Amino acid sequence: MTERTRESGAAIDVLQLHKYFGDNEVLQGIDFHVGNGQVVCVIGPSGSGKSTLLRCVNLLETPTSGKIFIEDTEITDPDVDVDAVRSRIGMVFQQFNLFPHMTVLKNLTVAQQKVKGRGKDEAVECARRNLAKVGLAEREDAYPAHLSGGQQQRIAIARALSMDPDMMLFDEPTSALDPELVGDVLGVMKDLASEGMTMMVVTHEMGFAREVGDKLVFMDGGVIVEEGDPVAVLGDPQHERTQSFLSKVL
Amino acid sequence: MAMSPRKRARVSRAVQYVVLAVLVVAVALVADWKTLGSTFLDPDLAREQFPDIISVALKNTILYTIGAFVFGLALGLVLALMRLSSVGPYRWLATTFIEFFRGVPALIVFIGFYFGLPIAFPGRQIPGGTFGVVVIALGLVGAAYMAETIRAGIQAVPKGQMEAARSLGMSHSRAMVTIIVPQAFRIILPPLTNELILLTKDSSLVYVVGLTFADYELTKFGREGLNDNANLTPLFLAALCYLLITVPLSIVVRRMEARSERAR
Repeated sequence: MTERTRESGAAIDVLQLHKYFGDNEVLQGIDFHVGNGQVVCVIGPSGSGKSTLLRCVNLLETPTSGKIFIEDTEITDPDVDVDAVRSRIGMVFQQFNLFPHMTVLKNLTVAQQKVKGRGKDEAVECARRNLAKVGLAEREDAYPAHLSGGQQQRIAIARALSMDPDMMLFDEPTSALDPELVGDVLGVMKDLASEGMTMMVVTHEMGFAREVGDKLVFMDGGVIVEEGDPVAVLGDPQHERTQSFLSKVL
Repeated sequence: MAMSPRKRARVSRAVQYVVLAVLVVAVALVADWKTLGSTFLDPDLAREQFPDIISVALKNTILYTIGAFVFGLALGLVLALMRLSSVGPYRWLATTFIEFFRGVPALIVFIGFYFGLPIAFPGRQIPGGTFGVVVIALGLVGAAYMAETIRAGIQAVPKGQMEAARSLGMSHSRAMVTIIVPQAFRIILPPLTNELILLTKDSSLVYVVGLTFADYELTKFGREGLNDNANLTPLFLAALCYLLITVPLSIVVRRMEARSERAR
């Protein structure tokens, strides 16, 4: 295996990433790259390591070895300020993970105030701007339990956006949603992509990947099996494992 | 003639009721109600207990309990966070504390505390006099129990909450304070209220430390009344006063549990 060097202008650059859970090697030397303003979708069967890769990028999982760069910061450096790095990366979870004891507005302002040190007025203004962006401006006083899954996920996106992140990570953002609610969330993500947001999306939504993605990465068994232009990979997969996976999901 | 299962259940229930009724009537007939009444609820003696039983004894019981609860809750939270810490010595210290104070009777803690401290630190006093001694001794015991409750509450908060908070750039301690602990306390409100009920009763153990009349709580008050009058009326009234505190609290707990059951 050849040592790859860093590409310039990269938002996320992953070099020779290995991750073990006990004896189980879930990431077996990943080289992965997201350019500035790119939308990269990661697909693959469950257990392929795609979520683990995404979670390594904001250090929710600690890589066993390898290097990860966010823009020019090597976040795998033990001396790096993890909290500062994370505040630049928006994260959206499969299970939304809104704070149930806070109103929607408070969900969006709490980190702005406590992490970014913004004043209340500034935080509220930014929160309202992002709520309007996801089409839920009128729900700012609601508690998460009173919202549908699709609404909760859009709030979660707005919460991440309120930190003015340089890039967004999506961990199967529509997998926990009822089918009729998926469209709203994907719509918000499309808008984000068209605004030039750098995005890494672990997903099962092949339509989204084809339409919005700049690059598609297929993972299986802890390695990247195939990557390239989404239309090409989905339409004419080269690798046998990709073919068999796509024949099952498409 | 064979009985159907439902009929058999009905007959067996009827037999149980009859046996219970016979037992109650028998005990009621055998008991010496007259002496019982004059020993437990002598009207003149009962009247004499007021207002001191309320203005001194009940007031002090409530003060001691609330003080110990607040101190115990604060210390319990610290212990719970230490138990969950990644720093080994913190964990060991907290575990030792919790095991000790949960494993030793509160009465012995009181005695040890009251007589041990002046020997350990001659010339120094706990601020707040009797109130301070009681609050700290009772609080130490309460803290050990509450620490385990709080720890369970913190662990019951879904893991995704901490991940979401960290993803927004919050430090671990910031996330604990703003996101995790407030949710944990919602979960453990019913068991914490139960702890308050237990502390109310444990405050009776203060009687082992020397008290002046102004510091009397319900049990001490009742025992003194018993000694002075050779009559159980003051103690019986004290018991009723405890119920005045604990029954409303248990109703509150039951309501909260019912509500969280519905919310599930």
